Amino acid sequence: MGDIAVSLWRGNADGSYQVYRVPQRDNQTVLDVVTWVQRNLDPTLAYRFACRVGMCGSCAMTVNGRPRWTCRTHTTKVIKDGRLEIGPLANLPIIKDLACDLRPFFEKWQKARAVFSPRLTRQDAIERIAPTTTPRLAADAAIECINCAVCYAACDTVRWNADYLGPAALNRAWTLVNDVRDTGNSQRLAAVAAAGGCHSCHSHQSCQQHCPNALNPTASIAGLKRHTMQAYLRGELE
Amino acid sequence: MNGKRGRPQRAPNSGGHRRDPLWVAALLHRISGLALAAFLPLHFLVFALVLKSEAALEGFLRWTTNPAVKLAEMGLVFLLTLHLLGGIRILLLENLPWFAGHKQLVAGALLTASMLALVFLVRAA
Amino acid sequence: MNVRLYVLQRVSAAVMAPLLLIHLGVIFYASNRGLSAADILARTRGSPLWGAFYATFVVAAATHAAIGVRVVASEWTRWHGAALERLMWACGLLLVALGLTAVAAVVLV
Repeated sequence: MGDIAVSLWRGNADGSYQVYRVPQRDNQTVLDVVTWVQRNLDPTLAYRFACRVGMCGSCAMTVNGRPRWTCRTHTTKVIKDGRLEIGPLANLPIIKDLACDLRPFFEKWQKARAVFSPRLTRQDAIERIAPTTTPRLAADAAIECINCAVCYAACDTVRWNADYLGPAALNRAWTLVNDVRDTGNSQRLAAVAAAGGCHSCHSHQSCQQHCPNALNPTASIAGLKRHTMQAYLRGELE
Repeated sequence: MNGKRGRPQRAPNSGGHRRDPLWVAALLHRISGLALAAFLPLHFLVFALVLKSEAALEGFLRWTTNPAVKLAEMGLVFLLTLHLLGGIRILLLENLPWFAGHKQLVAGALLTASMLALVFLVRAA
Repeated sequence: MNVRLYVLQRVSAAVMAPLLLIHLGVIFYASNRGLSAADILARTRGSPLWGAFYATFVVAAATHAAIGVRVVASEWTRWHGAALERLMWACGLLLVALGLTAVAAVVLV
């Protein structure tokens, strides 16, 4: 097998792509390629990874224009004419090279009140929740989010609207809206009904198409739209 | 291979996800909406011609028999139908439990809008 | 976009869906018979039904278009805050004014 001409983003927002020649191997992922560059060509390359087996979401980067987990992207699936382009995740400030600053992503998580507010304490008996009720099924369908920010990077509405809370935060908010153990719903609905909330979503479904865990934030956000509309019509929201 | 100042370039060999059918559908919905919004004031002004005289409206309507105008009207019928059907898909998506088949619905909407526009042209010719 | 604007946008869309189907039907019917002012006015003049139909259509369309234009401007231009409010109201009021004038023109005897 020959070499791959790999363009890697170097620097911060004012940086540029630099090309590296990387030997192509069988059974090679994009994360393998980045690691090879850092170990053999340029130790100053900055990038993130942790589990390297598709569980943690740390290695998410932009590969040929799409956000994906690089440890789960086989090079044969993405190489075109012997070339590959890798950059940091879109829609987030760049710290250095392939590492972006995830703080805005998590700040919006907080802003959406996508945080569990329990009614019970550790002194109380564990509440029994049947897994087959409609709300629990809705929550379970969306619960496997590991905050990798791929959906956030894929979303054009995030790109166009700086206030937009984004698919991941809203998806988590939806799981909590459906969680009978949670008490924070009135504040949560107000948070997702404000400007930049769920109503900014245009249902492009880019989030759903790119989520490595096959989640569907578009559906979760549609659920939030229904709940907030009903709350508004009942006079519970401004 | 220097990048543009300010943000990483998009990859040269891929369109990214901005060629995905549902994204294109959303873009068409937006563009058709803007076009219809721009057309509406003209549409209203035409009928207000009657306030001048019935003959003024009649004169304008005669002008619309021009083939170029008929083509433009066909375009409007296409955009209107597309915006309507796309809008119905969104209303259903937002108010009913999740359903699959959105790409097929988008294809169906494009087909229906095209057919309706063609039928309009044929009948109006 | 917030819950209030969203509800207005979606409700005006839902109101317009059946009106649009009827409107498309009228377009096809009229364009086949050859469009003339006399034909149109014979249908609309002095008709409370067509008056109500088109007036509702105008108000719904103006609401829907104004909010839509506002959202597009908020995402595709650098405008924000009060400028977007003014844009929305300007579009909405313009469409209502022109639209109801047109309705009055063809309905009032």
